[in-house]
Amino acid sequence: MSTTLNPGERPTGYLPEGADINRNIAARRLRGKIWQALFFSSLVIGLLALGTLLYTIIDDSFGYIAVQTKIDPEELSDRPLAELSKEELIEILRANISAGLFRRFDRDEPFSERSKESVLQLIEERVIGREVVASFKLTESLLERERIEATVRERFPRARLEFHSWLNRDFLTRPMSSVPILAGVGNAILGSLWVIAITMILAVPIGILGGVYLEEYASDTWYYRLIETNINNLAGVPSIIYGILGLAVFVRALEPLTSGAAFGVTDSNGRTILSAGLTMALLVLPLMIINAREAIRAVPQSIRQASYGLGATKWQTVWHHVLPNALPGILTGTILSMSRAMGETAPLIVVGASTFVVFFPDSVFDKFTVIPIQIYNWTSQPGSQFRNIAAAAIIVLLVTLLLLNATAILLRNRFKRSY
Amino acid sequence: MEQEARVSIERSAVIPAGTINLRGRRRFGERIIETIVFICGAISIFTTTAIVIVLFQEAWLFFGSPEVDLTEFFSTTTWQPETGRFGIWPLMMSTLITSIIALLVAVPLGLGAAIYLSEYASPTARGYLKPILEVLAGVPTVVYGYFALTFVTPVILQGLLGKENVEIYNMLSAGLTMGIMILPLVASMSEDALSAVPRSLREGSYGLGATRLETSVRVVVPAALSGILAAVIVAMSRAVGETMIVALAAGAGPRFTFNPLQAAETMTGHIARISGGDISYASIQYTSIFAIALVLFFMTLLLNLLSGWVVRRFREVYE
Amino acid sequence: MTVAELSAVDMAQANGRYAVELHNTHIYYGSFRAVKDVSLQIERQRITAFIGPSGCGKSTVLRAINRMNDLIPGSRLEGRILFHGKNIYDPDVDPVEVRRRIGMVFQKPNPFPKSIYDNIMFGPRINGWRGTKAQADELVERALRGAAIWDEVKDKLHQPGTALSGGQQQRLCIARALAVQPEVILMDEPCSALDPISTLKIEELMLELRRNYTIIIVTHNMQQASRVSDYTAFFLMDADRAGQLVEYGPTEQIFTSPNDKRTEDYISGRFG
Repeated sequence: MSTTLNPGERPTGYLPEGADINRNIAARRLRGKIWQALFFSSLVIGLLALGTLLYTIIDDSFGYIAVQTKIDPEELSDRPLAELSKEELIEILRANISAGLFRRFDRDEPFSERSKESVLQLIEERVIGREVVASFKLTESLLERERIEATVRERFPRARLEFHSWLNRDFLTRPMSSVPILAGVGNAILGSLWVIAITMILAVPIGILGGVYLEEYASDTWYYRLIETNINNLAGVPSIIYGILGLAVFVRALEPLTSGAAFGVTDSNGRTILSAGLTMALLVLPLMIINAREAIRAVPQSIRQASYGLGATKWQTVWHHVLPNALPGILTGTILSMSRAMGETAPLIVVGASTFVVFFPDSVFDKFTVIPIQIYNWTSQPGSQFRNIAAAAIIVLLVTLLLLNATAILLRNRFKRSY
Repeated sequence: MEQEARVSIERSAVIPAGTINLRGRRRFGERIIETIVFICGAISIFTTTAIVIVLFQEAWLFFGSPEVDLTEFFSTTTWQPETGRFGIWPLMMSTLITSIIALLVAVPLGLGAAIYLSEYASPTARGYLKPILEVLAGVPTVVYGYFALTFVTPVILQGLLGKENVEIYNMLSAGLTMGIMILPLVASMSEDALSAVPRSLREGSYGLGATRLETSVRVVVPAALSGILAAVIVAMSRAVGETMIVALAAGAGPRFTFNPLQAAETMTGHIARISGGDISYASIQYTSIFAIALVLFFMTLLLNLLSGWVVRRFREVYE
Repeated sequence: MTVAELSAVDMAQANGRYAVELHNTHIYYGSFRAVKDVSLQIERQRITAFIGPSGCGKSTVLRAINRMNDLIPGSRLEGRILFHGKNIYDPDVDPVEVRRRIGMVFQKPNPFPKSIYDNIMFGPRINGWRGTKAQADELVERALRGAAIWDEVKDKLHQPGTALSGGQQQRLCIARALAVQPEVILMDEPCSALDPISTLKIEELMLELRRNYTIIIVTHNMQQASRVSDYTAFFLMDADRAGQLVEYGPTEQIFTSPNDKRTEDYISGRFG
């Protein structure tokens, strides 16, 4: 690579007596190459980690399962169960479970009021009793089919092997269950939506106005600097501290309000959707303010001057000129805050997301669970099938976040203006 | 000319001199809005104040209870609420060990990746790679917790070191995964700092016959040092406050150990586990998590203030 | 430096009159031709000034001489630039070695955010400095003296170079370039960011340096070119916005009796 431009070096007379410069360019180039490779591999390791993470999740979400049933569905009826009427299904159920159990179900919710699906689900759970006795990862399912078949034949002779996608339509719509294959994230998705809705209703307007204050209204006073420093530091406070704050303030001190007792709701404590939403709002607020502020700052001064020059007041200027121009940036910031709130788990554990909620929430005073909480619960359960549904729930979460982020990037590019 | 003059005369005739009111109206609307906007900005102060009050209030109750002694809290190495022994060191040590492991992973890799992105990668490649890193930063931490428990521990650690040597819950796995989690943060912040170093400095270095490596390491990195240091400190604060990874992977139950292959609960992990269960608001366990949270709050606050100070103190101002 | 100090090799080269020769040089940025067909020979131990209006390619030509353009993605050069008779764009030539021998001073002073001492020693150190602390001290002093800034900074060698005034910073950058023992020093509008007094100092310094170094300077300032340079090259942008060399010769001739009408127009301030 290197070459000497002239045969000899310049006389060292330029340098102090005895000193020398040893220009070993080849060695320097080699060192450069080695380090470049190291820098590059740092990046590759980071990307590889992301790849492995995704691989692990997908590997756990699909694959063979060995299913065992107490009774073959074909023995119950000569037609597929789904095609039977509700009455026929009730009869099948009555014939196959004890009278006491049947009465109990009727007491819980009279059969006359139950939907056909609910009866079908009871039959599946109580009569057929589909039980997954083993589950396998995607990679082994694809590459080692024979071995899996052999193992299953040997250990569970009655079981049937079938390829199962843990992520399926039932998984998205069903509520939580203690049986992994019957469990779903339906109520967790709804719970997440409820919490996010409350968070955003509070954090978006306050965040935007907070940004307006910092950028448009504040003058350089001591309290402005206090607020500014404070917001920056709040953004660095660990999320679990917000959980602690929510626990003490919303769950405990404001229990009459957050449990709904003040509004006539009786069967609840402070660990509600409302408390969770309020806590999350406090958590994303600094983020919202910082993002809104950046967006507002990017609006060129000339637009403000033009507005003032026409005799507009400060608020008229902000409302008619600054905010519309800052809107894309604010929207992007809002979406980013939303995805943060979507993925946060720790504060909700502290505020008291319920670990086992089977019903769908329909008011802010309900107990709740959210997708990340389900992931946490399932991951921490022993048993490989819980890992499977945890992985499926992660896919749901990540796809949602990806969609949100893609929207944010799209918005940013679409509305990007060069002033 | 004449026409214009006449127009101006006519116009001035419409408004008699001295009747123009420049004092302006009282704009109540503006004042109200100003107040609302100020309140919205100041709500953050409420959050901070509430955090501080809540933490101090409950921690006060905790330290006031007969079982607890302040010096014991900070000097002993057993945390056993059942027997009334509250020494924070097992929790603190586990937090420190996992965080340091995380930094050992994230700082070299993150800095390396940042140098590659800023100094070596073509603008097109950078345009693709940086968003990917940012996606990595946006992955919820509970997902990393799952990753630690289902991949890092069983496949990597137990695969390399032997199943009998590595506990299922261990600090090393939590620390390594946390390192991967904060790597994009370090890389992204450092890359910003490196890119902010003016081109002229790089040219000056190349002009003296420096190679790309020499320019990057001896000129650009030192010039961006304040930003890089800030990134490291922010990463540290993130690691200390991280909950889900350690709650899932580091183990439940405080244990005073320096062996990263063993399980030991961190401060955040303990708070999550205790508050996640059904505890009575009157119990000492309830107040104890506020005491831990108070320590945690001050640790991260200190780190955040430090990072701000580093940026201001060591920043080179370029035109 | 006396003749006795020169090695045989230097003597041989001294016989060659030119330090740098450009032969039919074209420079491209992507598909855009920024410089068209420039040929000129730079005389050893003289000051050559490149003048011309903005965008005429004079800086681009200057930066081609020590391969600084390599750092701009998409840049490309056709033709030959000879240094010691060797084309520096040959594939076996390392740009790092070229830049060490052909130093550069930039438009805006760009001292590293390090101490004055470390600024000077940066070049020698990366090039594999072997010497004692005392020798390093001596090298720093020589370089700073060479750039006529020693008296101003000798008491604050360990303070940051960025704390100096603009003119001092620029002389520090010259000292920094001297410390790696270059043969040619390229100066890209070195005084454009400086006040008149600092400018005067740099000009005096250039005349001093001319005894040992070949200097090529790009300047917007016509007075400066006429004051300090021995030779002047006048560049102009042609119809398709490519810079080209219009006229090259002894400074006195260019400024008093230019051959080309366009040179005369520019010199007399009719455009540019």
